Amino acid sequence: MRSIKKLFSLLALTIIPIVGIKATNTPTEGEKSFNAGKVIMGHLADSYEWHIMTLPSGKHISIPLPVILYSRYTGIHIFMSSKFHHGHERYKNFEYVTVGKNKGSIVEYDSDGNLLDGKPYDFSIKKNVVGLFLGIFLTFFIHRKSLKIAESRRGMPPKGLLSATEPLVLFVRDDIARACISHRPDKFVPFLLSLFFMILITNLSGLIPIPPFGANVTGNLSVTLGLALFSFLIININANKQYWKHIYNTPGVPWFMKFPIPIMPLVELIGLILKPLVLAIRLFANILGGHIVTLAFFSLIFIFAQMSELAAGLVSPFSIVFVLFIWTLEILVAFIQAYVFTLLTAIFIGSAVAEHH
Amino acid sequence: MVSLMVLLEATGFSLGQVSAAIGAGVVTIGAGLAISRIGVAAMEAIARQPEAAGDIRSGMIVSCALIEGVSFFALAVCFLILFV
Repeated sequence: MRSIKKLFSLLALTIIPIVGIKATNTPTEGEKSFNAGKVIMGHLADSYEWHIMTLPSGKHISIPLPVILYSRYTGIHIFMSSKFHHGHERYKNFEYVTVGKNKGSIVEYDSDGNLLDGKPYDFSIKKNVVGLFLGIFLTFFIHRKSLKIAESRRGMPPKGLLSATEPLVLFVRDDIARACISHRPDKFVPFLLSLFFMILITNLSGLIPIPPFGANVTGNLSVTLGLALFSFLIININANKQYWKHIYNTPGVPWFMKFPIPIMPLVELIGLILKPLVLAIRLFANILGGHIVTLAFFSLIFIFAQMSELAAGLVSPFSIVFVLFIWTLEILVAFIQAYVFTLLTAIFIGSAVAEHH
Repeated sequence: MVSLMVLLEATGFSLGQVSAAIGAGVVTIGAGLAISRIGVAAMEAIARQPEAAGDIRSGMIVSCALIEGVSFFALAVCFLILFV
């Protein structure tokens, strides 16, 4: 009974934002109406600045991030992205393009104002890179702390942070590495552990909407492709003779599948590349999908607010309950995706190092 | 079907958009059917042999992940039709 009362008071709280919506989102003349697709994509995309909020007056509050460019014509340039004033101004003949073909990238002009051929090489520390750095720092410090606790409490039950990390570490070692890799599994435990905790921590920090968390790191294909590249390298560097023989000269397949046109070797080679690629796409699509659904349920409030305040008031409690539900599901998905990525990598490593019987 | 297509063309949707939406729907049906079959099999297996629940669960997650991978590939194709 008490929990039901609590739930209802929580629902009542969700009606409060409508007052704010009325103040900010009533479409006036000349103001563009709320575009859900654009808002969602803006939240998911990588950017040169970390946007925190937009004031009712239309002023943006954001943290500028460093831009590092290498131009073929003028060399290296390092400056803060605030110099661009959200794409309104040029700085040192560089311009951040917000519309058209080169949208979202930086182009260079010469001193007369003509567009130079070829974009400058962009090594900027963008939002996702900051998110990635944060993930690395958290992974490192959590495990350093756990290690210190473990060393000081030898032979005693775990305490503090260690009681959170120890079960996960043991799970990766016993249920992933040792269960899937038959030949010297402990050699691969450090790699699998880094993979698991890196994915888990960036997934979870992507779910916290307050800076410095909330960058859509694992929902970016470049990041997941980078992780999959390391899986690919570890699998193929450690692969034994048996594994390569199965690829180039698959035993038990009739000769005409291999000789004039090498169908089987081609299929096997495609599979070799496809396996890590699917790993990357699975993680990327799962995390991105979860973020899109969450933001779409949030956008419902603003879409209905454009019709009338009453509609927004009726929709917002449902919308927020749905968002909470999806968010809770996303915590589960964060764990499952970290598990699946690590498990499948371990299975592929296991099949690459397995001794033939 | 053809008249539906003509109607959609008239309302401003291109054939590509419509086919991407239909494709996404078909992919979802396929993946849903496949994963539900895994769920059924895993539930039955756990009911018959509750002590093997842990092994069955991890096997279930792996096979779900494999199906998910294929269906995400198909969804990526739909996305490419829409936006590229």
